Amino acid sequence: MTVLTPPRRKENVDDPVVVPARHPWRWAGTALVLVLVAQFVHGLVTNPGWDWTTFFGYFLEKSVLEALGLTLLLTLAGAVFGFLGGIPLAAMRLSPNPVLATVSWAYIWVFRSVPLLVQLLFWANLGYLYDTLQIGIPFGPGYSFPTVDLISSFGAALLGLALHEAAYAGEIIRAGLLSVDHGQHEAAAALGIPQWRQFSRIVLPQAMRAILPNAANLLVSLLKSTSIVYVLAIGELFYQVQVIYGRNGRVVPLLMVATVWYVILTALLSILQYYTERHFARGAVRTLPPTPFQRIKAAITR
Amino acid sequence: MIEISGVHKSFGDVAVLKGIDLFAEAGSVTVILGPSGSGKSTLLRCVNHLEKVDRGLIRIDGELIGYRQAGNRLHELSERQVLRQRARIGFVFQNFNLFPHRTALQNVAEAQIWALGKSPSAAYEKAHELLYAVGLWDRAGAYPRQLSGGQQQRVAIARALALEPKLILFDEPTSALDPELVGEVLDVLRDLAAGGTTMIVVTHEIGFAREAADTVVFMDEGRIVEQGTPAAVLDDPQHERSRAFLSKVLV
Repeated sequence: MTVLTPPRRKENVDDPVVVPARHPWRWAGTALVLVLVAQFVHGLVTNPGWDWTTFFGYFLEKSVLEALGLTLLLTLAGAVFGFLGGIPLAAMRLSPNPVLATVSWAYIWVFRSVPLLVQLLFWANLGYLYDTLQIGIPFGPGYSFPTVDLISSFGAALLGLALHEAAYAGEIIRAGLLSVDHGQHEAAAALGIPQWRQFSRIVLPQAMRAILPNAANLLVSLLKSTSIVYVLAIGELFYQVQVIYGRNGRVVPLLMVATVWYVILTALLSILQYYTERHFARGAVRTLPPTPFQRIKAAITR
Repeated sequence: MIEISGVHKSFGDVAVLKGIDLFAEAGSVTVILGPSGSGKSTLLRCVNHLEKVDRGLIRIDGELIGYRQAGNRLHELSERQVLRQRARIGFVFQNFNLFPHRTALQNVAEAQIWALGKSPSAAYEKAHELLYAVGLWDRAGAYPRQLSGGQQQRVAIARALALEPKLILFDEPTSALDPELVGEVLDVLRDLAAGGTTMIVVTHEIGFAREAADTVVFMDEGRIVEQGTPAAVLDDPQHERSRAFLSKVLV
């Protein structure tokens, strides 16, 4: 790519000079914000209540890292199964068949209505409702399993998260598909492109632009929702720090351990989101803006 | 060869087409004129089955479009079969409808691979040739948003041509363009007409109709009011409606 440099012009003394407008209130606001930030940082460092020694003692501790692994596993599995469930839900809601559309609508209605916490407790207590679960011909013979064996507390947690996510993911995917211009469907149909190709190569890549920001939002929210499964006594991050501060009474520093990990993971997800969105922005804007990394590089090498 | 006979189409209570009969030879250029709301676009969309007809038959080279006849029953074709028929009928939209996430070259090449099962190398070679033919060989790597309206429409025409259709339908191909860009698209259309492509063109460009059309059709309120050679329809309209319309557009 060539960089165009504007032609140098002879300065004319009589040419009026542009004086940028001044914004005194903007400066005052900036100063105020900086003072508040400085105060906050000062407090973090000097207040002994934060107890940074304990924080660093536990931040990379083995049981905390194991719990972090479980949090990541729950998030990943919840997201994968949630979106896998969301695809048929979106397809059914957009279907011209009223039965499919209504069933999907009802599913989404129910699973968005029931608080995740309540739902998790239901799944954990499924054995109370059904002693055994059966696989076989509907209303006919089949194999049965004791419910308690089949659904462990981890299974109940995963089931609850995935079913809850699927309801939201279904709506996000549907919104994305609806955002694609009708003319795109018509052009693809007029060219005689087979239906699966129309969806996978033309509709979905364009829908992804609308799906991604919302999907990332859902993923970040899921990451933190995993802390709710502590009610099922599953040793994920939040449960683990509670166990530790239950033992040593250092509540605040241990809550900070969990908080900082959640912040780090959310930051990583946000970076992933940035680059994925950029990938699907091809053709949507005339030229892609430089990434923050490219901007820093340009500023240094200038 | 296109035969349209007794085509009716309603949207709800509104009858848009009220019995259309039209015949076009292979290699001929038919231009459809008429006020907006006269059913021109709907007729065009029925020819490639983007709209289903309520009554009537449309045949291209003897093949019934959208249906299979058995006795006096018409069985609707499956979406798959309709798509196979459409791959042989080009359609150029008023708003281009290029795929925005694909470059000009990919827009022209990929339908060949997906709809006709061509090899990628053959498809891209053909795409390069067609972009050359519409004067856009140097913009092959550009995304649609980086092209002007006239350039986008020329890519869209190349995309339709890439499937080697028996017939190309143009739905007001220059109506969304700035006046200064209309000429470049009409030039491409004139070249195609001279090269023997079978075309049905819905347009308001009377000049194009006069130069390039074999048959000019005037439609009003869902009916064909008048049809004939450009000279007959444009210079000596018989019907009051066509006379009134033409007196307005031929200032």
